[in-house]
Amino acid sequence: MNPISRRKLIYGGVAAAAGIGGLAVADRLATRYGLIPPDGGGIYGPGETLTYACQRVLTARTPAREFPRSMISKNPFANAVAPPKEEFKRLRAGGFRDWRLVVDGTVARPMSLSLADLKSLPIQSQITEVACEEGWSYIAEWIGTPLSEVLREAGVLPHSRYVVYYAIEKGLWGSIDMADAMHPHTFLTVGMNDGDLPVPFGGPLRMRIPRQLGYKSLKYLTHVTVTDDIKKFGSGKGSVDPDYGYSWYAGI
Amino acid sequence: MAAVSQLEKIKTHRHSRVVRVTHWLTFVAFVALLVTGGEIVISHPRFYWGEVGNVNTHPLFVIPIPASRGTVPTGYGYVMPDQNGWSRYLHFEAAWVVLLTGLVYGIYGLWSGHFRKNLIPARSDWTWHAYRDRIAKYMHRERADRAEEGTYNVLQRTAYLAVILVLFPLIIWTGLAMSPSFTAAFPVTAALLGGRQSARTIHFFVSWLLLLFLLVHVTMVALSGFWRRMRGMTTGYTRDSEEGR
Repeated sequence: MNPISRRKLIYGGVAAAAGIGGLAVADRLATRYGLIPPDGGGIYGPGETLTYACQRVLTARTPAREFPRSMISKNPFANAVAPPKEEFKRLRAGGFRDWRLVVDGTVARPMSLSLADLKSLPIQSQITEVACEEGWSYIAEWIGTPLSEVLREAGVLPHSRYVVYYAIEKGLWGSIDMADAMHPHTFLTVGMNDGDLPVPFGGPLRMRIPRQLGYKSLKYLTHVTVTDDIKKFGSGKGSVDPDYGYSWYAGI
Repeated sequence: MAAVSQLEKIKTHRHSRVVRVTHWLTFVAFVALLVTGGEIVISHPRFYWGEVGNVNTHPLFVIPIPASRGTVPTGYGYVMPDQNGWSRYLHFEAAWVVLLTGLVYGIYGLWSGHFRKNLIPARSDWTWHAYRDRIAKYMHRERADRAEEGTYNVLQRTAYLAVILVLFPLIIWTGLAMSPSFTAAFPVTAALLGGRQSARTIHFFVSWLLLLFLLVHVTMVALSGFWRRMRGMTTGYTRDSEEGR
């Protein structure tokens, strides 16, 4: 063996060992700091994990992009929604007085809140953009209570990792990590542009997560569950979206 | 020694290992980005300028194709199958491949002198005359002269530098300017482009420019001896016996 190829072999060996060691260390750190998304397996896992981990490290505490009132869209697009089921029609006929948001899971004080209860909490507003994964977008003023206020009232237990949330329609659900759940712009939204939240836009109650794409901002919210183990929900990928081929994390 | 010089006669070193590996990784990732990017566009083949745009606002232009979503008024009365889910997963994974490969290539290019030696045109070539001269050579299908063997001529250098320093950075920037999370951390990345929808529109046009480069690049490779060039970019060497025109 001539000296050049031996040196190459040693360099190659050291590089490979460093690479494997580096990946192992990165994997342990990522797991420890919660940087691996629930759908971080499979062939798209590496890309998904890189995106989620980098954005989580860069943006955990940054506020959402807000816009001046003059930029509120005149004709926002509500997108298509499935025709309402009987239960929704009944609640709507009653002026949504019987609408309830159940808050449970790993919390000290599980709650069931009416819309009036939610509106009695500190109400805030944000002028933020809804960006759809298809490419279109609009800006609106969203009025509601930060999810973090409700979670504080409920007393989130320290080992909690994710907040799972459900729409009134069975099978529609999603989840966010605690960084997004406690983010000041993550709203339980009851109003839009100075009025009640219209039904086509998710009224009477919509989750609003402005630092992720529109499909994370679930309409017709009825149930919020705090959990320490996301694998227990559905197919274990954090939301129903991966079952349809869509990523759990939608920050990009 | 005699054997070595014999070898040098029949084999010409063309590309370093880093250049070859990053070239092919970028090629595979770029094709994935192109296909999935096209799929994503089909879900909303309308383009806008500014921050916002949707079916209720005026488009800058519309691609006259059916969409993969029924909410887009295309006038076709036909909705294509929705492929956005895996397209988005693969688009961003391939974008990571391009970004990380580009970083390796960029560091290598600066450190090894590859950029200085092979990509930045020689001072004497910083004239219109040099470009005109090289274009004329192409027109007359003249063979590369000795000075160009093993490196690139002024047109190649300019085209490659434009792709490396302008088009790829721009397509990565405009891509990130569409991310609601990234722009939350760095609002200026979207604001400088005129808004989220402007970023999407620029992203679309830059991808066409990159596709145009790919087509011209492959055409030139084919004209100068496809398999010879493929061998050069894969094994690092070309054989003199293969030299065509």
